[in-house]
Amino acid sequence: MSDTDTAEGTEVADLEARLSIYRMMQEGRLFEERARDLFLQGLVKGTSHLGIGQEAIAAGFAAALEPDDLVFCTYRGHVHTLLRGAPMAALMAELLGRATGICGGKGGSMHLTDVSHGAMGSYAIVGAHMPIAAGAAWAAKARGTDQVAVCFFGDGTTNIGTFHEALNLAAVWALPVVFVCENNLYMEYTAIGDVTAVEHPAADRASAYGLEPILIDGNDADVVHTTAVRTVARARSGDGPSLVEAVTYRHGGHSRADPGKYRPDEEVAEWLRRDPIPSYRERLLAAGADEGTLDAIDRDALAAVDRATEEAREAPFPDPDTLETELWADGGSAWRN
Amino acid sequence: MAELTYREAVARGIAQEMERDPSVFFIGEDVAAAGGVFKTTEGLLDRFGPDRVRDTPISEQAIIGAAMGAAMNGLRPIAELMFSDFFAVCWDMVANQIAKARYMTNGQVALPIVIRTANGGGARFGAQHSQSVETWMMAIPGLKVVVPSTPLDMIGLLAAAVRDPDPVVVVEPKVLYASKGDVPDGEIVDELGVARAVREGGDVTICVLGAMVPKALEAAGRLADDGIDAEVLDVRSLVPLDVRAIADSVERTGHLVTVEENPRLCGWGAEIASIVADEKFYALDGPIVRVTTPHLPLPSADVLEDAAIPSVDRIVEGTRRSLG
Repeated sequence: MSDTDTAEGTEVADLEARLSIYRMMQEGRLFEERARDLFLQGLVKGTSHLGIGQEAIAAGFAAALEPDDLVFCTYRGHVHTLLRGAPMAALMAELLGRATGICGGKGGSMHLTDVSHGAMGSYAIVGAHMPIAAGAAWAAKARGTDQVAVCFFGDGTTNIGTFHEALNLAAVWALPVVFVCENNLYMEYTAIGDVTAVEHPAADRASAYGLEPILIDGNDADVVHTTAVRTVARARSGDGPSLVEAVTYRHGGHSRADPGKYRPDEEVAEWLRRDPIPSYRERLLAAGADEGTLDAIDRDALAAVDRATEEAREAPFPDPDTLETELWADGGSAWRN
Repeated sequence: MAELTYREAVARGIAQEMERDPSVFFIGEDVAAAGGVFKTTEGLLDRFGPDRVRDTPISEQAIIGAAMGAAMNGLRPIAELMFSDFFAVCWDMVANQIAKARYMTNGQVALPIVIRTANGGGARFGAQHSQSVETWMMAIPGLKVVVPSTPLDMIGLLAAAVRDPDPVVVVEPKVLYASKGDVPDGEIVDELGVARAVREGGDVTICVLGAMVPKALEAAGRLADDGIDAEVLDVRSLVPLDVRAIADSVERTGHLVTVEENPRLCGWGAEIASIVADEKFYALDGPIVRVTTPHLPLPSADVLEDAAIPSVDRIVEGTRRSLG
């Protein structure tokens, strides 16, 4: 990826902030590995879409946001939601269909949401959240709140209409929103390049909306973070939206049902070598981080996942009486008198 | 008291709510500078300025999606869909996103959104600009649906919709835009979920909605000449549905007719017929009759469109049939 930015020559965050990014990536990774194990044990039903291998993007952006900022993500959104500060046990409980789940068991893996932490939803229809994020940014601008909306989406989204409608609207209204394409090279089972008219599915479309093409190494947390800081600052200062294409790779298939066999072995091996977490660990060590500190982060992250898992597994299932609650703002679901 | 057209009532209703609540914003295609393609929103841009009354691109998904996002972040947006047929263009936003967000998040998300739309036939616009889509909305849990049939109801139900904490679709029969009615001075606020008898009668209950209301009243006048005293009940609100008013009326009359502009299958009248058959079966003294548009796309030519949409003659005939 010679045409992407690299950390070289980029001003990176201080060591403390980078350790925090490392911790976030590690928590995300261990959370999703545990979620995968629980699926395999049959404790989680339905489907799941893991972002193992893509954590640098969610972490790099999470570290650049303020508490009031609003994040919109996709069905591959466990990590984004977690890194906004959603309680891990409540996320795990939602995957397990428990009463203590972040959505009371009504959402599930594809709909994790924690509004109290600015995690404004995981959207399971490709592209739907792009205009919704633009709308949240419109409200921020209209109300003068100083908030920024960040919208994460996959490469496949660049070929659906909402992508184009939202970018145009955000640009013409100069909205404080950052659109982040996580280009993991496959829309689902099909290589994005096989179905897209341009080489870089998001960056090559930026000029259509008067935006700067931003193409970065999405597995380099420092690059992601500096890009996040820059684009979020631009949005907050009133200069309008940005469109970032962060190139990455999911280590697994599209969803629980997909072993990902359509990907060449050499390609998978190459990207496993470029796993964002071990390489970041090496870089932090080189930058003077203490090995013991990093080991402690790893241990603490695993302990947090263990605790969250235990807490979720001990939680009760939802009361069937909650079935007919929370359709309307009055807490009920009545459609007639 | 003033006599207003239905289209003037739209602008007055929006203005009343924007004046009252600074978090109410209004967006749509050609709604600001042009005052709306049906001239329903004239004067709002001048009065409230371009930040609160805003033209959008032809991007129905972005219009409705942006309204949703804005509602999640503190605004009470009113979004106009120029023709209700365009719900098909942005159905994901309406049916998958707006309708489900509150439930899926177990109440974390409040969505005080109003979507206004010009609906129905009679204007010779052909099949893609004439549909009666209120039953589409009614079929999706999580959406409220009202259909004002007079200028006064337009203002009152729009105000109720704006103040409601849930998403409400306000369906405006486009053939009524030029119709007139008396509207009192001052603030007007109605209530969702309340049907109204626009003609009282003891022999048969005619449930009706939107542009079919004036036709049903004319039919009732003709039936009265023959000694049949029909009650015309303007349902006004499909969700929530005023089942009590409908059931009480049928209890008194023993007969039920529904007059629906929508195509035959799964019309709102079928739901009402089902409820009445279930809950008021022993009050019925005759068959429930549904007068609807045939199960067809609407044609454009005058003669064909008039043959499709329920006419006064067909309402009279259907009502007689219900009486056995």
